[in-house]
Amino acid sequence: MKSLLKELLFPLIAVVAAFLVGGIIVWMVGDSPLLVYDLFFTSAFGSIDGIGYTLFYATPLIFTGLAVAVAFKCGLLNIGAEGQLVSAAFATAWVGLLLPGWPALVVTILAMIAAVVMGGLWAGIPGVLKAKFGAHEVITTIMMNFIAAAIVSYLTQYHYRRPGDPILETFPIAERVGTTVVGPHLPRMSALLAPLGISFPEHLPLNVTFLLALVVCALVYVFLWKTKWGYELRAVGTNPSAAEYGGISIPRNIVIAMVLSGALAGMVGINDVLGYRYRYYDGFSAGYGFAGIAVALLGRNHPIGVLFAAILFGALDRSKLFIDIFTDKVSKDWTVILQAIVIIFVACEAAFRFGMKKRAAAKV
Amino acid sequence: MGGIENIINLSLLASMIRLSTPLILAALGGMYSERGGVINIALEGIMLAGAFSAAAVTVFTASPWLGLAAAAVAGLAVALIHAVASIRFRADQVVVGTAINILFLGVPALVSGALFESTGSTPQLPREQTLPDWHIPGISSIPILSQLLSDHKPVVYIALAAVPISYYVLFRTRFGLRLRAVGENPEAADTAGVSVARMRYAGVLLSGVLAGIGGAYLSIGQNSLFTRNMTAGRGFIALAALIFGKWHPVGAFLACLLFGLADAISIRMQGVVDIPVQFIQIIPYVLTLVVLAGFIGRATPPRAIGTPYVKEN
Repeated sequence: MKSLLKELLFPLIAVVAAFLVGGIIVWMVGDSPLLVYDLFFTSAFGSIDGIGYTLFYATPLIFTGLAVAVAFKCGLLNIGAEGQLVSAAFATAWVGLLLPGWPALVVTILAMIAAVVMGGLWAGIPGVLKAKFGAHEVITTIMMNFIAAAIVSYLTQYHYRRPGDPILETFPIAERVGTTVVGPHLPRMSALLAPLGISFPEHLPLNVTFLLALVVCALVYVFLWKTKWGYELRAVGTNPSAAEYGGISIPRNIVIAMVLSGALAGMVGINDVLGYRYRYYDGFSAGYGFAGIAVALLGRNHPIGVLFAAILFGALDRSKLFIDIFTDKVSKDWTVILQAIVIIFVACEAAFRFGMKKRAAAKV
Repeated sequence: MGGIENIINLSLLASMIRLSTPLILAALGGMYSERGGVINIALEGIMLAGAFSAAAVTVFTASPWLGLAAAAVAGLAVALIHAVASIRFRADQVVVGTAINILFLGVPALVSGALFESTGSTPQLPREQTLPDWHIPGISSIPILSQLLSDHKPVVYIALAAVPISYYVLFRTRFGLRLRAVGENPEAADTAGVSVARMRYAGVLLSGVLAGIGGAYLSIGQNSLFTRNMTAGRGFIALAALIFGKWHPVGAFLACLLFGLADAISIRMQGVVDIPVQFIQIIPYVLTLVVLAGFIGRATPPRAIGTPYVKEN
């Protein structure tokens, strides 16, 4: 219990400190920090609508947060989740575009598999480059981000865009007809809960992918802490030389960790393409891959922590429009700044710990 | 084949030099930071901070020179955040760099919203308030060189001068020797009486000044206003050039020229030749991957890069 409190203490301090600094920024810009805090809480948590949107925005962040966390457990920093989820989202839509007329359920399942495989593949390349040639995964994943963005935007623009469409997006793979959706897709929460007699607002985009995210959280926990593979992966992350001495292959685990990480990031494609837009829209990701780094750090690379951190950042995403509209000066960019401040504070955590240790040592 | 001739000519090379300029400054900046052992993936954010400060200060003072100075100061200030977090507090350098990149997607937008009531961009500057074109007397009488090297913005000459200066500083001065020592073997440097922290601060702060100036070139040199995310990944291309050039000033310079050329070609090809621009845009990134994989020589980073230095007691 005591260790749990200790684990929670630093992230909480970081969040509170970030909100305080964020409040100072609001005050400097010329608005009331209290108004902004109030807008944040009421818009994100004050109604069914608010909570629904918050969880919807949290869904991609759960996946990218888990993605960064799994890689981190193996001592790798995957800052390429952005490229992995972009390529995966395109692959998801691609399956739907290539198989018109197939049964919707079959296409849906194949498209979900495509998302996971494509994300894994895109992260696997930097994994292999690291394992075989020692190429730093931070640099290679950055490069892979740009390559993914270029290839996918090329495919969308030249091959799968509806003629005359002013938006850079593919043909739709499913279409909304009245209140139902025809074609491969994952149902919204409202459609899922209706047969159980629970009414949930139909306009909320929260869909089955959120439940998938919860299941995946649990699976990642089991994998990392209850299986031999997870143990080996973590051993490589904590102490590579000891792991190697104990007969664990470092290159093998590097590739496994990267592929898993990419597969998790790829699931963002499922949420956006099958659960929300029913097409690939170029530029759909609002930096989910980078926000995933913040989520993983704040969640201490633990699935439960990731879940809560993702909900916090989802709430920020939800509230940004309200903060933009209902304040005079503060724009929606305030929430982005707050994210960055959280990362910096959490990253400097070692400093807090170090300071405390030094003080403790001085007492003795 | 009239299309090809319209693309490859002397003015293409002049445009290559212009487009390479922000890359050269940022890449050389990154070199000082990384040679000292601190990964700097915040170049993108630093450039954005420089570009925005230059434009905003020029709007208020009507002087692009003050704008340029402001960009250098802003770059320095952002680099200081990076340095304090990653040297003093031993935070993960990549994580801090990422945070800075995210931070400066938001900060310019928020501040311009408060100052200019617009989200993300500064007001358009009149042409005479942007950096002037410098007519170089000696060169402008030489036929081909004049087309290549005369009538550029001052920042272009700063970038071109920074290459040999950086070479000299890095390989011929005590400062350069110490900086490299701290990036390769901090323990040995420390034993020899070099302050690891001080050298690393110097490297990171220099990177801020150079990348900040590189950013200013975008907003008050090539353009006449700051727009949201106007660096569009140039900080990362500079990082790629640094690696492609194997952390060497001349290598990085040549890589920047190559990437600038790719950029110049892709701009000219639009609407002329039917090759998707995306294929040219990815050249820098693919080349960097190839170099990292060891297919064209091996790119070996400074040995102590990315690891905070903890002094033994």
